[in-house]
Amino acid sequence: MAYKVILAETDIHRVLDRIAHQILEKTQGAGDVVLLGIATRGVPLAQRLAERILAFEQQPTPVGTLDITLYRDDLNRHSTRAVGHTELPTGGIDGRRVILVDDVLFSGRTVRAALDALSDLGRPAAVQLAVLVDRGHRQLPIRADYVGKNIPTALAEQVRVLLKETDGTDEVRLTEGTPA
Amino acid sequence: MSYLIRNVSVLGGDPTDLVVRDGLIGGTPTGDEEVIDGTGLIALPGLVDLHTHLREPGREDAETVLTGSRAAALGGFTAVCAMANTTPVADTAGVVEQVWRLGREAGLVDVQPIGAVTVGLAGEQLAELGAMAESAARVRVFSDDGMCVHDPRLMRRALEYVKAFDGVIAQHAEEPRLTQGAQMHEGEVSARLGLTGWPSVAEEAIIARDVLLAEHTGARLHVCHVSTAGSVDIIRQAKARGVRVTAEVTPHHLLLTDEKAGGYDPVYKVNPPLRTQSDVDALRQGLTDGVIDIVATDHAPHAGHDKDCEWAYARPGMLGLETALGIVFSVLGPDWELIADRMSRTPARIAGLAEHGHTPADGAPATFTLFDPQARITVDPGALASLSSNTPYAGMELPGRVVATFLRGVRTAFDGKASQ
Amino acid sequence: MIKHLLSAADLDAPTATLIHDIAAEMATVAGREVKKLPTLRGRTVVNLFYEDSTRTRTSFEVAAKRLSADVVNFSAKGSSVEKGESLKDTAWTLQAMGADAVVIRHPASGAPNRLVNWVHGSVLNAGDGTHEHPTQALLDTYTMRSRLGTVAGLNVAIVGDVLHSRVARSNALLLHTLGAKVTLVGPPTLVPPVFETLTPDVRVGYDIDAVLPEADVVMMLRVQKERMNAAFFPSWHEYSRRYGLDAARVRRLPDHAIVMHPGPMNRGVEIAPDVADSPRSTIVEQVANGVSVRMACLYLLLGGRS
Repeated sequence: MAYKVILAETDIHRVLDRIAHQILEKTQGAGDVVLLGIATRGVPLAQRLAERILAFEQQPTPVGTLDITLYRDDLNRHSTRAVGHTELPTGGIDGRRVILVDDVLFSGRTVRAALDALSDLGRPAAVQLAVLVDRGHRQLPIRADYVGKNIPTALAEQVRVLLKETDGTDEVRLTEGTPA
Repeated sequence: MSYLIRNVSVLGGDPTDLVVRDGLIGGTPTGDEEVIDGTGLIALPGLVDLHTHLREPGREDAETVLTGSRAAALGGFTAVCAMANTTPVADTAGVVEQVWRLGREAGLVDVQPIGAVTVGLAGEQLAELGAMAESAARVRVFSDDGMCVHDPRLMRRALEYVKAFDGVIAQHAEEPRLTQGAQMHEGEVSARLGLTGWPSVAEEAIIARDVLLAEHTGARLHVCHVSTAGSVDIIRQAKARGVRVTAEVTPHHLLLTDEKAGGYDPVYKVNPPLRTQSDVDALRQGLTDGVIDIVATDHAPHAGHDKDCEWAYARPGMLGLETALGIVFSVLGPDWELIADRMSRTPARIAGLAEHGHTPADGAPATFTLFDPQARITVDPGALASLSSNTPYAGMELPGRVVATFLRGVRTAFDGKASQ
Repeated sequence: MIKHLLSAADLDAPTATLIHDIAAEMATVAGREVKKLPTLRGRTVVNLFYEDSTRTRTSFEVAAKRLSADVVNFSAKGSSVEKGESLKDTAWTLQAMGADAVVIRHPASGAPNRLVNWVHGSVLNAGDGTHEHPTQALLDTYTMRSRLGTVAGLNVAIVGDVLHSRVARSNALLLHTLGAKVTLVGPPTLVPPVFETLTPDVRVGYDIDAVLPEADVVMMLRVQKERMNAAFFPSWHEYSRRYGLDAARVRRLPDHAIVMHPGPMNRGVEIAPDVADSPRSTIVEQVANGVSVRMACLYLLLGGRS
């Protein structure tokens, strides 16, 4: 299917650099930050942000994984999904500033599920959201604190984020989708 | 009413015309007969079932003498022997006469009652066998079917006693201690399904004992629904020694195996149980070579709620009258002499039914069946004449179709409909 | 995805492994402050128990509640069932109540197979007569995997009343699917040779002492007193001496081998108390793993489009 490249490899690197800087700035040095990647592609993104924060200011940041399958509100609209792994960093999330990391912010339902999961896992002092792409069309009152790139899209279009860790290449594509 | 059946093949012979008048076959057509085109049809002597459960009196919700008679006529039968395990049990002259009279009233087949061997089928005290023999029903076959006459002394006495009126004991061969709680054939499938096994030896042990008792007493023994290869061997050896033993096999034991239990559908629950393919093969061989004398249906209607339940709680038994001939035809092939022998002449002889089992030819009673071997039917449980629908052949395609049945010149079934 | 879980034979290796993987995730919930997931919110799970089994019913109940399903316990005691209502009529009642899944425990083998004809929802076999108990096999293999790292390639001895054991049947089938080698051990009356046809590679043996040195897992089955009365074996004492697992027999096991029992145990008959309480014993873990595995099964059957 025909697609348009929205972010190339170098763009992605540049955008992540910026988000890392913004996190350091907004959190006064990221001392109390825990990065939680939302499975699947939020996990390598959280990892990369942690590497950058360490490189920029020698600040080690705990990274964890959050699988929100069991918290989805659309389970009964699809055939049964496999359950991914959830792993909190040692030290947990209580009293920490948790930054949820995901690849694309769309309806907001994934983030809603992640917030529900978080409240069952502990009591963070604050929760923020970092995404590589915000494509609009929110269905819930949710916004990101850190956005790599805003991409205006039509509802039928698809945004595909490819990452080296999961897909072998770094690229963000916009595909003309078939209307659902 | 008289009939002219044109171009019909009697037992596979060259096409001929049969005139049916005044209860007999023969004479020349006068032109006032109803003409039936017999082209391609086979005329068989009316079938005789030595083993039928009509459920009346007692379980009229499952079958009545009338509905069972309809099923029999539609299946090509002209006589059925009604088993004694009714409520009350047919263990007195009164009950067997009641059943006999109900059969006459229905008028579709000759209903010949079988008397119980022991009072209440309890296996303890002989029923009044002589009184039943002398009753209007003229009972000659006695059976506790459903229960085995397991006490060897009682069995010996019964065999001896009925010699006085040329009776025969039809034994349901099942050693009760070996089949406590039994649900299906003991073997690979029962092991997998976790259902208590009904071992072949429980049947064979009783048959082995009973042929020895028959030999010892010189009496007639009939073995009901033989189901195992081992039983066929025992009967073969007994016959070779001259023991007066006859044996029957059911259509379902000739066709189905214990694999059918796999889905736990109790429509396949029957006693004795469906066995293995090697048993089926031995039974077919035994039927062909005459070790097994006859096919009997063990037609056993059950009300819906007695089958629509857990396997262990379901009653054993399956319908058979309306599907028997098609199955036997599929097993034996177009050997009409053999089919007539196994399904009419020999059962008539065992039951003492002199009016049945005659080849439809000039001078014989007009008691016969027209069968179309070219047709095929798909079994529809809801379309059966039986009051119950527990057929194990639902959806199965069977070869052949009964076109008409005549009893003493009266057409009892024609083109899928009973005459009343 | 499967709709019903009636037999361990319904599970292929990928599905069983998926259940194990999901169960491992579910197990983490037990260690959390909020031991609950919203996954099955709005779904109704009926526990239809025709036999007293507080352990199994409770395990399913906890599993369903941790997934936020509504749980209805329908026990045969004191209900219309005791007044002679048929399984079919009961099924229609449950159907009318909107049951999304029915967990059934029943004394008749194959009752769950019948039930699927009468309800629209999923049917989960929680033990039927002397047939199967598939979730027990899933939790047992899960326990083997967590203790020994793998199931494939293990030598598993299942010892005791195999003939009447739904646990043995389900385990033999699932262990074969997952690549383990099973030996069924017991007196010939309770382990007839026909059981060698259960799977292509299951073996039958009568000598427990010959089997133990090769076993990675020994699974002891509960033996019931009524079997003695039906002449399957002469006495408790003789059964215990010939087939019971005591400390002396445990010493014949390889160091890494584990001892399992589905419970409830007859201490001192099929298993000696010190063996049941030893570090090799997984009996307590089996109970805990039961909840995780049943959560995984409920998720798998109910977590998708209905």
